[in-house]
Amino acid sequence: MTEFTPWSALAGGTLIGLASAVLLLSAGRIAGISGITAGLLRPWHGGGVWRWMFIVGLILGTVLYGLFGGNLAAVQIDANTATLIGGGLLVGFGTRLGGGCTSGHGVCGISRFSIRSITATLIFMATAAAVVFVTHHVLGGGA
Amino acid sequence: MKNNVIALLSGTLFGLGLAISHMINPAKVLAFLDVAGHWDPSLALVMGSALVVMAPTWRWQRRRPNGPAGDNRRNDLSRIDAPLVIGAALFGIGWGLVGYCPGPAISALALLRLKPLIFVAAMIAGMAILETFPSRKY
Repeated sequence: MTEFTPWSALAGGTLIGLASAVLLLSAGRIAGISGITAGLLRPWHGGGVWRWMFIVGLILGTVLYGLFGGNLAAVQIDANTATLIGGGLLVGFGTRLGGGCTSGHGVCGISRFSIRSITATLIFMATAAAVVFVTHHVLGGGA
Repeated sequence: MKNNVIALLSGTLFGLGLAISHMINPAKVLAFLDVAGHWDPSLALVMGSALVVMAPTWRWQRRRPNGPAGDNRRNDLSRIDAPLVIGAALFGIGWGLVGYCPGPAISALALLRLKPLIFVAAMIAGMAILETFPSRKY
């Protein structure tokens, strides 16, 4: 259970938007994390270094947050090992099959009014909410 | 070289945004998805404010005929097909089970905890399964 944190949400979301804008305007790339990551699996398509740099940056962002006093101890991961593995496989396979995740479809796609991205986002939001409803209210307790 | 510096800058801003908005905390994300429980709407504001920045960015990008080439010129943005629907549904199931989508999970590797590492390894394996499909087309 967490509390609504509007200011940090607005600040963080604005940074995510700016990050996506920088990548689009300066490199012509879409800041879709699943696509950037999956591209590392086929290096023969070329241009792998910028993908690594982006991913290093993603990790560095959380490091900086911690260095400047952010509370990283508050991060609470309830899923057990089996759920982490199953969930990870589904997220990896699903985002590649569907061509995007929360960043590529949810932010970059919706902001260009892509019908594909709006559809994908509605579907993954709805299925995720349905899963949480089942695990938290039907089965009881966390996953 | 220029693109590598831009990618590092963009990734760092992105990761900082995920950390500041607490999206690296699965409990926070699951609380957003738990509409029947103690609902935490924070994720909606994260996405909303990112969209407010990106919508005018796309308008600007479209008016730059000599802008950098890349993967921003897809023209099948209204095609709804089975892979899109099935893929999004599978992704949603995994997201709802754990509370991590790809960005926050990778960013959470900075925590040096075992759980994000297990999740990211499984996620990359899931991607690799699809990449090995012989009919895969990009």
